Amino acid sequence: MSETIYIAGLGVISALGNNVAECLTSLESEEAGIGDIRYLETTHCGKIPVAEVKLSDTELQQRTGLHENTSRTTMLGFMAAKEAMKDAGILMDKSFRIGLVSGNTVGGMDKSEAFFTAFSENNDKGKLRFVHDHECGCVTETIAEALGIKDFMTTISTACSSSANAIAYGARLIKNDILDIVVAGGTDALTKFTLNGFNTLMILDNNLCKPFDENRNGLNLGEGAGYLVLVSENVAKKLNKKMYCKLSGYDNSNDAYHQTASSPEGEGPYLAMKNALKKSGLNASDIDYINLHGTGTPNNDNAESMAIKRIFEPEYPLMSSTKSYTGHTLGACGGVEAVFSILGMKYGMIFPNLRLETPMHEFNFSPVRKIIKEQHIQHVMSNSFGFGGNCASLIFSRI
Amino acid sequence: MKTFIRAASCISPQKTFESNGFLDDIVESHETRLNAIQPNYGKFIDPKLARRMGKIIKMGVATAMDCLQKANVEIPGAIITGTAYGSLEDTITFLSRMIEMNEEMLPPTAFIQSTHNTVAAQVALMLKCHNYNNTFVHKGISFESALLDGMMLLQEKEASNILVGGVDEMTDVSFKILTRLALYKRKPISNLKLYEEESKGTIGGEGSVFFLLNDQASAENLAEIVGLQTYFKPGDAEEMEVKIQNFLKKYSLVPNDIDLFIMGKNGDLENDKVYHDLEKNIFKNTPLAKYKHLCGEYPTSVSFALWLAAMIFKNKTIPEIVLEKPCNSFPKKILVYNHYYGLYHSLMLVSDCSI
Repeated sequence: MSETIYIAGLGVISALGNNVAECLTSLESEEAGIGDIRYLETTHCGKIPVAEVKLSDTELQQRTGLHENTSRTTMLGFMAAKEAMKDAGILMDKSFRIGLVSGNTVGGMDKSEAFFTAFSENNDKGKLRFVHDHECGCVTETIAEALGIKDFMTTISTACSSSANAIAYGARLIKNDILDIVVAGGTDALTKFTLNGFNTLMILDNNLCKPFDENRNGLNLGEGAGYLVLVSENVAKKLNKKMYCKLSGYDNSNDAYHQTASSPEGEGPYLAMKNALKKSGLNASDIDYINLHGTGTPNNDNAESMAIKRIFEPEYPLMSSTKSYTGHTLGACGGVEAVFSILGMKYGMIFPNLRLETPMHEFNFSPVRKIIKEQHIQHVMSNSFGFGGNCASLIFSRI
Repeated sequence: MKTFIRAASCISPQKTFESNGFLDDIVESHETRLNAIQPNYGKFIDPKLARRMGKIIKMGVATAMDCLQKANVEIPGAIITGTAYGSLEDTITFLSRMIEMNEEMLPPTAFIQSTHNTVAAQVALMLKCHNYNNTFVHKGISFESALLDGMMLLQEKEASNILVGGVDEMTDVSFKILTRLALYKRKPISNLKLYEEESKGTIGGEGSVFFLLNDQASAENLAEIVGLQTYFKPGDAEEMEVKIQNFLKKYSLVPNDIDLFIMGKNGDLENDKVYHDLEKNIFKNTPLAKYKHLCGEYPTSVSFALWLAAMIFKNKTIPEIVLEKPCNSFPKKILVYNHYYGLYHSLMLVSDCSI
């Protein structure tokens, strides 16, 4: 039974770039990927900014080699998961038990939208191949099969904390000696369904989002995928490469306050961070950087700040929301931001919270506004909170 | 470390909820779809809230609450659900309106309730339960993934009194689409004659089953879950035989040690082949049972089979309606084997824990 879970590989795709190297370049050069809608077909085009991956469905198909009815969610996930596997140097030689644990919230909704447009008019119409892979699990299944993973796969859907919970579940599968290697993270594509859904909730900013700003106005939706390759101690010894770091803590707690809103005192976020610290055996003062959930909605950023205050006061770690670059990638954000957190730790960089003008008056701490380099980072915390009160916090530590 | 089922609650197309009987008054249907019997939810959910809730949320919340009451547990250590389709009704409502209204003037309620974690979230919200809360959405092993999570939490000593449920709803739209995808029989059929007609297709179903898991031995426990294993595309019946034998070997058992073999037969020729092979070979001496004529086929239906196993131990009787081959003695060890369209297979070894 492996007590320590190592991170052997990273893979990511977002509005910042199609792989780790491209995303890192954008993060370092402080260039956000948010802008006008280019690929999604919607009447909101030109009105609501989003953070799209800069590839059309056809281009994604060409790059992934997946069949033409594959959901965008699946293609994004496959790109990132494949990169992570390759980075880790995992060979499918059957000497290890390998699994895929992936989070998502929309499944094949992009294709289901096409189906329902015809189906709504006549229930005998609509191409069945568009709705065949509607379920969230289909996304994971297609990615696993394309990667050659058969030993274990499952899908987690806890709204915006899906992929953070997938990473924690993957680690536990290794700790419980069920698997040796787990590709864990998540993926979500932008769809009309989610864009309109968030729009009805009136939490979308019509300009570029400003997380943790006193005058923040809401979030920008994004899309992408991020995966880590988690390995046991035994596998880490056998892989001929340096491990990025270890997953030293994780927690899943519930805010139990409201289906879509966070409690004013940030109880769920507080418990997630506090329990993750407890699991890691670290003190609050050991955390060098927090990758905030920081969506840019008045409600989330207030609740998260309250929770941070309760835990860290008076010594606050450096912090930022990289959603100011990527938008809110929903079920993928835990995976995407785990990759960014680990990259920051590896390269000694704190990626800034873009467009922050006025720090929140109520709190005497605020995120980093300019990139910091050559920073020694020993422990990072990554937060993901979702609808349904599902809060998750992960802690990664330098080896 | 052991995993015990302390309590269970089941809403299904049969009279399984708030019922004193045990599958002794069977509901017959003459469609290719079985609808879960909707109880009076007033006892479990505030009627004002219930009016806005989709069927899956009501079924899920009511079975979760009922299960906690039966176990005499106020706040569970974890809430974990498995659902392949999630809140279909709300998803379809929002999707259809969005198309019809051309993305304008949409009310948010259906979207808010459409997320897959709504059942687990609502249970947490109603209980003000801040503990571990997870939702698995992996097709035919959604429930098994949730159950594995619960068993791991017990193993890790992270939580006790763990609420684990499997829940899926059928709506008119999903029934229409799944019918077009050729999942169901072409002609209406009595669910009680599901296994008599040799044809393609099955009958659809739905339901919600919640369990309260614990690692503490108690006279009140219904059953012990000894083992759980899932497989993806395990191969043909011969390979499945080997896998079952290997699974049993882990617990120092052979097929003949199994007192009752509960199978996921659904009446579809292709689907049931593997079960026919097993009952002719490694389980030829074993009493056999099946359950999908009672709850219909759906991705988390195996939760109904686990409920059935637990209730057999609790009631010390096997309902006639599930038996395919008589069982002369009272069973101590039950093996549940189900597969979902040949892709996902699972085994659950359940044993009697009465003292």
